[in-house]
Amino acid sequence: MMKKYDKLERNAIGRMVPTIINGREHVPFQGVGKFRPTGRKAAPLIATCADYPDDGNKLVESLREALVKSGLKDGMTISTHHHFRNGDLIANQIFDIAHDLGVRDLRWYPSASFPCHEHLIKYLEDGTINRIEGSMNGPLGKFCSEGNMKGMGVLRSHGGRYQAVQDGDVHIDVAVIAAPTADAFGNANGVDGPAACGLLGFALADSQYADRVIVVTDNLVPFPCIPWQIHGNYVDYTVKVDQVGIPEKIISGTTRITKSPDRLLMAEMTAEFCDQAGIIKDGFSYQAGAGGTALSIGNYFADLMRERGVKARFIRAGSNKYPVQMLEEGLVDYILDGQTFDLEGVRSMRENPGHINTSPFTSYNYHGKGNFSTMVDVVILGATEVDVNFNANVVTHSDGYLLHGMGGWQNCLFSKCTILPIPLFRDRIPVIKDEVTTICGPGELIDVIVTERGIAINPLRKDLIEKLKNTDLPVKTIEELKDEAEKICGVPPKPELDDELVAVIKWVDGTIIDAVRKVKTS
Amino acid sequence: MKKIIQVGNKGPRVRSDCFITLSLEETGGRQIRLESKVKALFGDIIIKDTESILDFFNIEHCSLHIEDSGSLPFVLAARLEAAIKALLKSDKEYLPLLIEENRYQTTKNQNRFSRLYLPGNTPSLMINAGIHKPDGVILDLEDAVAHDKKQEARFLVRNTLRQLDFYGAERMVRINQVPGGLDDLEFIVPHNVNLILVPKCEHAEQVHQVNKRIKAIKEKSAIKGNIWLMPIIESALGVINAYEIASAAENVVSLAIGLEDYTADLGTSRTNEGTESFFARSRVVVACRAAGIQPIDSVFSDVSDMEALKENVLRSKALGFDGMGCIHPRQIRVIHDNFAPQQKEIDKAKKIVNAFMEAQEKGLGVVSLGTKMIDAPVVKRAQNTINLAVNMGKLSKNWRNEE
Repeated sequence: MMKKYDKLERNAIGRMVPTIINGREHVPFQGVGKFRPTGRKAAPLIATCADYPDDGNKLVESLREALVKSGLKDGMTISTHHHFRNGDLIANQIFDIAHDLGVRDLRWYPSASFPCHEHLIKYLEDGTINRIEGSMNGPLGKFCSEGNMKGMGVLRSHGGRYQAVQDGDVHIDVAVIAAPTADAFGNANGVDGPAACGLLGFALADSQYADRVIVVTDNLVPFPCIPWQIHGNYVDYTVKVDQVGIPEKIISGTTRITKSPDRLLMAEMTAEFCDQAGIIKDGFSYQAGAGGTALSIGNYFADLMRERGVKARFIRAGSNKYPVQMLEEGLVDYILDGQTFDLEGVRSMRENPGHINTSPFTSYNYHGKGNFSTMVDVVILGATEVDVNFNANVVTHSDGYLLHGMGGWQNCLFSKCTILPIPLFRDRIPVIKDEVTTICGPGELIDVIVTERGIAINPLRKDLIEKLKNTDLPVKTIEELKDEAEKICGVPPKPELDDELVAVIKWVDGTIIDAVRKVKTS
Repeated sequence: MKKIIQVGNKGPRVRSDCFITLSLEETGGRQIRLESKVKALFGDIIIKDTESILDFFNIEHCSLHIEDSGSLPFVLAARLEAAIKALLKSDKEYLPLLIEENRYQTTKNQNRFSRLYLPGNTPSLMINAGIHKPDGVILDLEDAVAHDKKQEARFLVRNTLRQLDFYGAERMVRINQVPGGLDDLEFIVPHNVNLILVPKCEHAEQVHQVNKRIKAIKEKSAIKGNIWLMPIIESALGVINAYEIASAAENVVSLAIGLEDYTADLGTSRTNEGTESFFARSRVVVACRAAGIQPIDSVFSDVSDMEALKENVLRSKALGFDGMGCIHPRQIRVIHDNFAPQQKEIDKAKKIVNAFMEAQEKGLGVVSLGTKMIDAPVVKRAQNTINLAVNMGKLSKNWRNEE
């Protein structure tokens, strides 16, 4: 049997990481911007129109038939996207069929997984699925953390997922693209249909590079399906099903402004910081995620913009009703949207030409001729832990459990100012440590930590320190913040983790930045 | 039958607390079972802390189940001590350190615009209260604590006074109604409480009883320092006796009015306009001014309506109140902003104080502004406005030199 991993090396950020993973060689992290691969990208197979129906009708009877016709067999890589979030109905069916066909050792390459995919644990156990390469949330994260996955988990950012496919690091055999609306030729979009989820950008690489591409929809329209974010020219088979996703579960759970006074305070401090740093000015841009704190920061930005009479050029999103309101009010020219978090976001994307669908290629791919992420003035992100060197963790908790995906987090770090608003401690667990459990982002890219008890500016950002020199905001050193938390909570010992590795974290350039260790279960 | 005691809170929504189930045994040593969401990191530390508390009370045999939702050490200690003392009689107290940050005193006339009520048995609401910068925090042992939780809340409030940093807010406790509330004093007076709220006060005698007990405890524990009182007027009789209560003792710094109980006593109900309480509020204001202390208004209970709160604050200020209670941290800012002197008031006060200073510098006996003569009380009020504005960061300390 193939070893899960082999040949550990210490990488440029001091972490021991394997260089052989699931039988394939990988490069350890070399530093930000240091790894420069040469050569040409991967290329998909040449197809011939003669092999496809002239009438454009690629419909087959069922998903099963499409998978069989795609040549599904042992060891293949199957990809899916997560635009349906926890309302996805297709990924589970793919592996039900694979199991039924007796196919084994599949690699699942989702752009993210959700609690609804707990169903797949039995296939990870029985060997239908060898491993997941993608974010693992909730039950799947626990399963992987406890060392139960046969292969090694590989976590990539949204941009890193595109990069891996483009660079040939991951070859997708069969891509299954669940689409809210499609035509029989395979053109598809996310804005129309009963399960409208906004856009299909995460499936772009899959459509372009997979050997076989299957589009599954419950809203089949006559050619042409307009808009066509996914082009049927990449598609092999189309399938009509009764239901492709559960609309109410597509909506992310964290799309409401927080009511917690502590979080609101942090949001207010963050907005105030941005204002004092001179970021809120005409033509600026920002990205804030879907969490309650991030959303309220957007609201405070909107208040400041109205007060000053300034206008943002664009918001990078994760959109929902709050940025949409700003777009409709004229506070911003464009929303450059990677995924929609609520139905208002979907409606706006359908109706408003200023609400633009993007893909990880345009926004995040590090092996491109630039991308949007470096052009954003300020980005607000979360973290489970930060260390005194500003290195941050988003995937594991302090007890070692892998419980979150990375999303576009790593990619966003390249903005002009990256701010992490995080509580100084959660329950009794301090968030600032000497060393984070897992490094997902190098400290040199993380500029500001905002906690309810003080703000720490990365010493590398002398410009920000200078701008905030006379502030009335509680600016402290990160060590002071750490001490303050430990005074309240006590100093927790490092959790004892197993030596065995269960997953690796890829950096945006495909190198290995850290490894996740198995949790001891007693 | 063996007695089993349960103390604390648990449940899916409970955070930063713990639930203790304890029984004392004859034999078998200490059987400790810990369930904690922070067990992977703090499990060993929690067990060690627990053992030292059991050592302190000489408990060798017990069955103890701790269900912890991330409680801070002083919360765990309070819960455990409450459970132990429900089972055995002991005069010993397991006191966590009174941290340096909590050793401050407050003054009789300091700002009391806002004071944030915190239920005395809910740690999660206390822990971050100070970061919202209220003028005062009230650890409430009275209405916010269920009857069967009164005793355990005392231990929690005591430990909170010693351990939790409120970042300079005046540290207040609302005791239970006198006479029962007198026993609360044992748990707060020795722990540097700054101010005690005396609820449902109707007579000066209740103030005297509180002061008598405070004096006794201070002598017993050899404690110095001021402990201020804020009686709460919550009934028709209290309103009638407001001046008697306001002037009952040197350490009464303020009267607060509690309108929920008052309107119930009148047989009416509260409205946003407050017509039904106009007399009572005015009478309390007048009584306080007559006694030279601060009148403080009732809380505004709709925590989602900041506009209505603002109107309420402006009305309250216009009636002559110096501050009001709040039940949610988001109310603090609105209360401060609207009790604070407004720019127009500051500008006027600056002119008056300037005129006064100039008259003094010139050795003039009479202060005038334009064609108007200015009386001494007007100058004093202007100076108060300036001081407030400076304190609240609305005016530079050196405003005279900077203009």
